[in-house]
Amino acid sequence: MLGEKKHIDHFLVPLHEILPKEEAEKVMVFYKSPLTAFPKINDSDPIVKQIGAQVGDMIKITRKDATCENVYYRVVYEK
Amino acid sequence: MAIEKMISHIKFSLFSPEMVRKLSAEKLLVPDTYNEDGYPIDGGLVDQRLGVIDPGLRCKTCGGRMRSCPGHFGHIELVRPVIHPEFSRVIYVLLKSTCQHCHHILVKKRQRSVVKKKVKKGEVVPGAADLGIITSKEEAVKALESADEAEAPILGSVPLKDAEKVKKVAICAKCDKPQAIVSFVKPSAFYLGKKQLLPSDVRDWLADIPNEELQELGFDPVYARPEWAIITALLVPPVTVRPSITLETGDRSEDDLTHKLVDIMRINQRLEANINAGAPQLIIEDLWELLQYHVTTYFNNETANIPPARHRSGRPLKTLSQRLKGKEGRFRYNLSGKRVNFSARTVISPDPNISINEVGVPMMVAEEMTIPINVTDWNIEACKKLILSEDYPKALYVLRTDGKRAKVTEKTKQEISDNLTSGSIIERQLCDGDTVLFNRQPSLHRISIMRHKVRVMPGKSFRLNLVVTPPYNADFDGDEMNLHVPQTDEARVEAELLMSVEGQVISPRHGHAIIKPQEDFVSGAYFMTRDATEFTREQACQLLAIANITNLPEPDRGQKYSGRLLFSELLPKDLNLKIKSKLGEVIEIKNGLLLKGSLEARAYENELIEKIFHMHGDQAVRTFLDSSTRMCIFGVTLHGFSVDVSNYTIGEESVKKMEAVASKARKEVDGLVMQFKNKTLERLPGRSLRETLEEKIMAILSRARDASGQIIEKDLGMDNNAIIMAKIGARGSILNAIQMSAMVGQQAVRGKRLTRGYGSRPLLHFKKKSLGADAHGFVSSCFKIGLTPQEFFFHSMGGRESLVNTAIRTARSGYMQRRLINALQDMVVQSDRSVRDSRGVLIQYTFGGDGADPKEVGASRQALEKVGEELEPDD
Ligand SMILES: [Mg+2]
Ligand SMILES: [Zn+2]
Ligand SMILES: [Zn+2]
Repeated sequence: MLGEKKHIDHFLVPLHEILPKEEAEKVMVFYKSPLTAFPKINDSDPIVKQIGAQVGDMIKITRKDATCENVYYRVVYEK
Repeated sequence: MAIEKMISHIKFSLFSPEMVRKLSAEKLLVPDTYNEDGYPIDGGLVDQRLGVIDPGLRCKTCGGRMRSCPGHFGHIELVRPVIHPEFSRVIYVLLKSTCQHCHHILVKKRQRSVVKKKVKKGEVVPGAADLGIITSKEEAVKALESADEAEAPILGSVPLKDAEKVKKVAICAKCDKPQAIVSFVKPSAFYLGKKQLLPSDVRDWLADIPNEELQELGFDPVYARPEWAIITALLVPPVTVRPSITLETGDRSEDDLTHKLVDIMRINQRLEANINAGAPQLIIEDLWELLQYHVTTYFNNETANIPPARHRSGRPLKTLSQRLKGKEGRFRYNLSGKRVNFSARTVISPDPNISINEVGVPMMVAEEMTIPINVTDWNIEACKKLILSEDYPKALYVLRTDGKRAKVTEKTKQEISDNLTSGSIIERQLCDGDTVLFNRQPSLHRISIMRHKVRVMPGKSFRLNLVVTPPYNADFDGDEMNLHVPQTDEARVEAELLMSVEGQVISPRHGHAIIKPQEDFVSGAYFMTRDATEFTREQACQLLAIANITNLPEPDRGQKYSGRLLFSELLPKDLNLKIKSKLGEVIEIKNGLLLKGSLEARAYENELIEKIFHMHGDQAVRTFLDSSTRMCIFGVTLHGFSVDVSNYTIGEESVKKMEAVASKARKEVDGLVMQFKNKTLERLPGRSLRETLEEKIMAILSRARDASGQIIEKDLGMDNNAIIMAKIGARGSILNAIQMSAMVGQQAVRGKRLTRGYGSRPLLHFKKKSLGADAHGFVSSCFKIGLTPQEFFFHSMGGRESLVNTAIRTARSGYMQRRLINALQDMVVQSDRSVRDSRGVLIQYTFGGDGADPKEVGASRQALEKVGEELEPDD
């Protein structure tokens, strides 16, 4: 069925990237918040599996909205 | 509010009689309240050991005075036990699940060991909400299943409701004795076979059930021994819970609870006397039952199957349950919603002559409400004047520096004024210009509460400008609104900066004006800016004067002034605008001068107001709204603007055309029906033949209405006030005009022609299985001439649906919105532009993903226009 198709290719799925540890550190400093204050994403999420992110990684999501492009960060958690 | 800690469970328990006695400050003996001297009777229901409610007296338990004594419980020793009516279901379950001879649990041995193990492993945790019987749903289901096949109850894991369904074991496994059927008659009678069980029998039975077995049944015997559900010592609440009130006549009127307690004690005493006198068992049991009745109604006077206890006047007593339950109960009335001070409420009425940020406050309200003013060296003379004043702007109270509050009266005012020092606070009456908050319920968005300035007026209603009507969703058919007076400088400043009416002109929801002129103002604006509108010099002066403009421009039409020229005086000099109007013409404004085009709803309500707001800010838009609405109304009043039946009367020729349209439509429908019957109708893709027919008929009939619309518009024309209003968006629509003057059109239920009724036809005035237009809700009459009875009925069918839909929609969307608001209420846009909840957890990194405030976004058009674009796949 659809198993072969990569989710990442779908136009409704925005760009997900694993943030390097130093980058993630910077984001946490910028928002003056511990990792626990960031939005979560399950490690079972297809996109997380796709990009191979591990539990504890921060993922950078670049979304294209009607008005502009914006960035969102989510931290991978174990389901 | 962040949830820092979660309640894992709440444990409710029963009071044992010993506990009641320990809690009690005194055993009550006298079924009365006060003696002849109006002094509390010792051992009576308002005994001074239960707390004091009279000023000056001291509590005999704690020594406290009226406010400092919290009140203390007492108790009544019942001579015969009585069943607690609210627990009778639990008692019933216990009686059914234990042996009536040995009082051991009625379960087969094998199953008991299963339950026992579960208790040991902690899978069945005794003691929780449902009086100890707790379980997961799955467990209950499993238990019920296994019980069924073995024909034995396992109660430990079965919730109360289901436990009753479990079949009774016929013979006790422990003592091998057969079991009679236990039955329960609401609210508190138990039978063993045919014999009634006395409460004392029940108590002995329950007291005999061993602790371990109670655990298996889901009870926690430390907290809730079942025999405690039979009352032997009745806890009496402190007098502070049931205060008596003194009437004007000097008589005391006792609380309903006290009345009920007196009843209980009286019967209790009579019962005791009869027992001691060795009265026959029958009489004793009668009295006992009466005692049970009084105790039952004391807990809940709406208990099923028993008549409510009544006051002498016939009013049912409000006992314990009634105090807490329902809309008027403690929870919903006093805890979830509270009354506040410094607020007023009255009917609203319109006043186009006050500014949009004002509110007309009746003198009566202004005299009652106060604002605290700090007395300083600079205003002390003014404050003294307020204190000494004979009438309206008066100071009502003075808060002295020693913290004492003094009421300003005729007698005291001179002294208070003389002793006034800076640092005191005076509370003066509400005056013009004071900041108040004005609110109309339901408060669905933030603009349901706005800051207004007070304008004290005669009359008894709050007055508000019609332009602020839309955000409040207010009209004047009897609506009431609330007014709150902020009491501190901080509150006032915050209200002024954040909640002022003029700052809310643009809605934070969609970025368009929400405080806007409507209806007659729009008609007026259109009339003012029409090509033909001219005014004499005198009229022009009046028009400008009413809009607070003192400068008369040079006339532009010979001796006369065009309406556009006068309207332009209201516009900022740097305003440039070129838009297409709803009427299809171009509206052009150059340097604040309206060159061509007439204003309609969109141009006036949105474009102009939004532009002025973004260019010149809130005060400019306020004066524009205030003066333009006044000018428009005055202008259109000079001309006259009204609607009557003649506006909806079409000429004979048009009537004929209309008839032709209707009969043509009918014929077309008949033709389709013929095709359908001959099976020559071509099926539309994805539709059945019948569906195809319906679809085509609907298309024909709506085309008929469109055609009549054109006839109407042509006939009535643009000099018809009704059509003008519809076209410029002031009020009504072309559809209204069509329905009134030409044809009401096809009625529909669930988007389809009317089909429901007598099986093969909606009404029996038509042939069976008829598929024609008239038989299924085509209304070719108009409202002005009137509908035939059949048409009227069809119209009612359609009307009912829309009525029901609106009712359901408002209820559902209201609740949906409430849930959303509750979930989102503590999210805040932080200074780093992120959105977080009160725990600091990030929700969004920039507000809305783009950081745009809809209120400001109108200023930069491009951003706004981009929002409308559809999201498309990009490659
Ligand atoms: Mg109303
Ligand atoms: Zn006390
Ligand atoms: Zn037995």
